[in-house]
Amino acid sequence: MQRFIPLIIVSALVLLFLGMMLSDRNPKEIDSVLIGRPVPAFSLESLAQDAPVLTEADLKTGKPVLVNFFASWCVPCRAEHENLMVLAGQYRIPVIGIAYKNEADKARGFLSELGNPFAKTGLDLDGRVGIDWGVSGVPETFLVDGEGVIRYRHWGPIVGDSLEKRLLPELERLQ
Amino acid sequence: MAGELGHFSLILALIFALIGATVPHIGAARGDARLMALGDRSVFAQFLMAISAFSALTYAFITSDFSVVNVATNSHTLKPMLYKVSGVWGNHEGSLLFWVLILTLFGALVSWRGQKLPLQFRSRVLAVQSLLVVGFLMFILFTSNPFLRLDPAPLEGNGLNPLLQDPGLAFHPPMLYLGYVGLSIAFSFAVAALLEGEVTPLWARWVRPWALLAWVFLTGGIALGSWWAYYELGWGGWWFWDPVENASFMPWLAAAALLHSAIVVEKRDALKSWTILLAIVAFSLSLLGTFLVRSGVVNSVHAFATDPARGIFILAFLGIVVGGSMALYAWRAPKMAPSGLFGVVSRESALVVNNIFLSTFAAVVLVGTLYPLFVEAFGAGQITVGPPFFEYAAAVLMSPLIVALGVGPLLAWKRGKVSRAFQIVVPALVVALVAGTVLVWRTSGGYVMTAIGFGLAIWLLASVFLEIASRIKLWQAPGKAWARFAKITRAQWGMSLAHAGLGVILLGVTISEAFTTEDLRVMAPGDTATVAGYDFTFEGVAPVAGPNFTAVRGFFTVRGGGETLTTLTPEDRVYTNPVMNTTEAGIYPLIAGDLYAVIGEAAGAGRWSVRLYFKPMISALWLGALMMMIGGILSLSDRRLRIGLPTGKKKVQAITRGAA
Repeated sequence: MQRFIPLIIVSALVLLFLGMMLSDRNPKEIDSVLIGRPVPAFSLESLAQDAPVLTEADLKTGKPVLVNFFASWCVPCRAEHENLMVLAGQYRIPVIGIAYKNEADKARGFLSELGNPFAKTGLDLDGRVGIDWGVSGVPETFLVDGEGVIRYRHWGPIVGDSLEKRLLPELERLQ
Repeated sequence: MAGELGHFSLILALIFALIGATVPHIGAARGDARLMALGDRSVFAQFLMAISAFSALTYAFITSDFSVVNVATNSHTLKPMLYKVSGVWGNHEGSLLFWVLILTLFGALVSWRGQKLPLQFRSRVLAVQSLLVVGFLMFILFTSNPFLRLDPAPLEGNGLNPLLQDPGLAFHPPMLYLGYVGLSIAFSFAVAALLEGEVTPLWARWVRPWALLAWVFLTGGIALGSWWAYYELGWGGWWFWDPVENASFMPWLAAAALLHSAIVVEKRDALKSWTILLAIVAFSLSLLGTFLVRSGVVNSVHAFATDPARGIFILAFLGIVVGGSMALYAWRAPKMAPSGLFGVVSRESALVVNNIFLSTFAAVVLVGTLYPLFVEAFGAGQITVGPPFFEYAAAVLMSPLIVALGVGPLLAWKRGKVSRAFQIVVPALVVALVAGTVLVWRTSGGYVMTAIGFGLAIWLLASVFLEIASRIKLWQAPGKAWARFAKITRAQWGMSLAHAGLGVILLGVTISEAFTTEDLRVMAPGDTATVAGYDFTFEGVAPVAGPNFTAVRGFFTVRGGGETLTTLTPEDRVYTNPVMNTTEAGIYPLIAGDLYAVIGEAAGAGRWSVRLYFKPMISALWLGALMMMIGGILSLSDRRLRIGLPTGKKKVQAITRGAA
C-alpha cells in the first residue's frame, strides 16, 4: 500500500490544480469581507473649495452610487478614467471619488487634466479610510446601494471588458 | 529569416526527440543494439537543433528584430546589450527554449560521457530524457512559440520588465533552470532504473554528480535571487516565503536529500527505493515550480503573464510525467530490496536522519505553499500562509538536522560508536553552549531564538573544524598532520566546506535578524542620522539619466570611528519602457555588516524620506551560499565523482579506503 501513496498524492494535487484553473478566478483578487455590510463611517474633506465634508451619509441617497479610490500617482487610475467619465455621463451613475494618499493640489491637477467624473470628492491623505474599506491598492471601486450597503467591489482598474462584463451587470441587478 | 530557421529547428528537434523517445525502448525490448544506439544519435541531433533555435532567437534579440513578436514585446533598442541577451530567457517563451537547450545539452552529456554505461540502460535513460524534450517542445510549438512574426513590424519594442534589468536577475533564472533541468537527469536515471527493474551502487555513483551539479546551480540561483531582493526591493529583506521562492527551495531541499541518500545506495546498497523516489520527487518539484509560475494558480511577484491554455497544457504534462513515474514506482518499488545492512549508529543512519529532516521540511514547505489553494478549493475563503509558519517550521526541523550534521561526518561507516563520535565533538558542544549562554546573558530575555541559532551555527562550524582535525590526527600525531592534511581529498574538502557554509549562513541569518538597526526618517540636506554608531549625513539629491531610465540619486556620507567610510548612492529609478518605478539601495559592506540606505519620496522643501539600516553580518548569507557552491564544485571535481565512470580501478580503491 505504501508504494501507492506518492501516486495518490500526485493525483490529488493534479485534480486540485485542474479545479483551480477551470474555475474563473484571479488569484490577485482578494474577496472583500465588506460585501453585504454597511459602509464604514468616515468624514473626509472635499477636494473642491468650500464644499461640505464627505461622510457616509452622502452614500445613502436611495440610489446606487459608485465609490472610486484613486490617486494622481497611480497609472492604472489614468487608464480607467475614461470609463469613469462614461459611467458618470452616459449611465448617470453618481461616482464619488476618494483621493487615496494623495496631496490635494495634485489630485485636483489630475482631475482638471483628465476631466472630473465625480459628483462628490473626499481626500484620504493618510489612507485611514482606505484601510477601513479594505482597499489593497488603487484603483478600487465599490458599488453601494441606496441604503449604504456595499454590494460589489471592483479590484483594479475598470478597463477592457470589465466595465461591460462585470460592473454593469452588478449595477443592473441593483436597479 | 533567423526566425524561420529557429522555428524549423524546433520542429526538427521535435521529430528527433520523438524518435529518441520511442525507438530505444523498442530496441531494449527486442534486444536490438542498433535501435538502442539510435538514442545516442538522437540526443546529439536534438542538441544541435536546440542550439540552432536558441541562437536564432538570441540573434533576433541582439539585432532588435521587432518583426518577431517575442522580441517586440520584450526588448527595446535602447536596452544595454547584457539585457538584450538576458531578455532571451527573461520571458515565458524564451525561458522554455532555454529549458529545452539545457535538457538536450545534459542528454548529450550523458551520451558522451556515459559510453561505459550498459547500452540498454543508457538507451533507456536517453529515451526518458527525450520524452521530456518532446513534452517541452510540444508546449513551445503549440502554445508558446517564440518565433511568431508580427506584420507590420513595430519600430520600437515594449522593453523588458525593469525589475529584470539587473545583473543579479540576468543570471538568476538561468542558474535556477540549470538546477531544475539538472534534476531531470536524476529523474531519467530513476525512471530508467525502474523500467529495468534494478538499482545498483553504480546507478548511485552516476546519479550523485548530477544531483550535486543541480544542487550547486540551485544554490547559486536561490542565492542570487535573494541577493537581488536584498538590494533591489529596498527594505532590507532577502527571503519572503513567496510561493515561487518556495518552489525553488523545495527542489533544493529534495536535491540535498538526494545527494546524501545516493551515498548510502553507493556505499551500502540500501535505501534504494527511497532514493529512486527522491530523484523523481526532486524533478517533480522543479516541474511544479514551473507550473506555479506559468499557470496563474498562485499570485506571486514572479509570475509570468499567464494564459489558460498554457496552464492546462503544463498541468497535463505534469500529470503525465509525475503521475506516470509514480505509477511506475508503485509497480516496481517492491523489486528494490536492499542488500546491505547498517547499524543504528553509523554514518548511514546519520544520512537517513538528514533525509528525514530535509524531506519533511520540503513537505512542510509544500503544504504551506499549497494550503491557501486547498482552503479556497473547499470554499473556506481566502487565506495566506505567511513567514511565521515557515520560520517556525525551519527552526523546529533544521535545529536537530544541524545537531546531527555536526555528529554525522564523525561516525564510522556501517557501524559506529556514539561515544567515540561524541568524544570528538564534546569540545564543540562546550564552545557552542558557552557562546549561546553568553549571548543570553548579554542580551537578557527575548533573544532565546537568537541564542539557539547562534549556538547551532558555532556548533556546526566547530564540529566541521574538529572533524578535519581528527581526520589529520592533529592532536594525536601533530608531526604528520600536515602530510595527512595534504592528502584530504577534494570530495572531503567539498563536504566540509559545504557544511561550514550552512553554518555561516545560519550565523548570518541569526545575527542580522536579531541585531539589525533600522531608521525611517525625513532628512533635509546637511542632516545627520546616527544608526548603530555610524553617522549618515544626507548631502542631497541629484537627477541621473541612465540609458533607458531617469533617476533621483541620493548621497549619504557615512562616518564611523572618526573617519569617512564611504558615500552611499541609493537611487529611485523611473524606467520609460515600460513605465515602472524601481529602487536601488545604496549598500556598502563592512566586515561587521552592511551599511544600507534607500531614498524614498520627496517630502517637500528639499527634504526626502529615507530609510537607513545597519545590517550586521548579512554578507555571511551569500558567503555561506558561495561556500556551499564551491564545496559542491570541489566535490564534483574529485576524481571519484567526476561525471563519468572512474577509469583507474586501483586509484579508486585507494581513495575509498582512505575515506573509510
